[in-house]
Amino acid sequence: MLLLNRVLVALAFFQPAPQGEFVPVTPGTATEGLPAAPLVIAAYAIIWTVMMFYLWTIWRRINKVEADMRALERRKSAK
Amino acid sequence: MRKLFLPLIVVATAMFAYAPYMINEAAYESSMGLVQKIFYFHAPSGMVMLVSAVVCGIASALYLWRRKPADDHLAMAAAELTVLYGLIVMLTGPLWARKAWGIWWDWDARLTMSFVGWLIAISYLFVRKYGGPGSDKLGAALAVFGTANVPFIYLSVNFWRTLHPKTSVVPTLPPLIRGPFWFSALALFLMYLLLLTARLHLERQRAALDALYLAEED
Repeated sequence: MLLLNRVLVALAFFQPAPQGEFVPVTPGTATEGLPAAPLVIAAYAIIWTVMMFYLWTIWRRINKVEADMRALERRKSAK
Repeated sequence: MRKLFLPLIVVATAMFAYAPYMINEAAYESSMGLVQKIFYFHAPSGMVMLVSAVVCGIASALYLWRRKPADDHLAMAAAELTVLYGLIVMLTGPLWARKAWGIWWDWDARLTMSFVGWLIAISYLFVRKYGGPGSDKLGAALAVFGTANVPFIYLSVNFWRTLHPKTSVVPTLPPLIRGPFWFSALALFLMYLLLLTARLHLERQRAALDALYLAEED
């Protein structure tokens, strides 16, 4: 149990150091394991979908409020 | 502001549409390769999320102090955009992490505090929607606490051992990455201004509608 505890503590301290800077790769040396393209495409699809959906919700809500205002003004002028 | 709205739409949309081309042309990062391209929208979204949380907090503090509805409208619009940009950060981050770290998520300081900041913004919207009378002041106090969390989110990577890249990454970006990054950041920030202006217009229209209803009742 004590040994397991020590191993866990040691593992916690041997985490890879966080990256401090980005270095561009030398052309022709890039290698990929897990395919990155689906992850990148998914990320950009999410950004565009979220943005466009939010724009649509704002446009829909503004239209609804303005329709309510017009209806209210019509009701007031009919009185 | 109305005069600036149309040019803002044109510039923000053009930059947002052109950004993927610039990102495609940018240099690959040596250790992460293609997946690092997520960085060009992920990091600026995080920056805009934090800016939006600060805008929401300052507007809320002003609302608590001088009780002007305009401050409350700005806080409400900024809170919604904090949630929107936070959603982008929370969804694109794990896609990058899966490839770069081998895991979708890690409960380290940066990720956990960002998640908590995002939950505070969501809770602000819930309080405003379902809180009933007085929820404007309760929500404003919550937004001030949300803003107090922002410096801790930003500096967490320097204070604690995390998997997340440090704050030194952006200031030390090499030129082949720096240009596309700041272009994307500006595109996202202009898009933020555009959405904030539209959302603020909605909030003002709602207030005008409420005033019309009240006038009709009298």
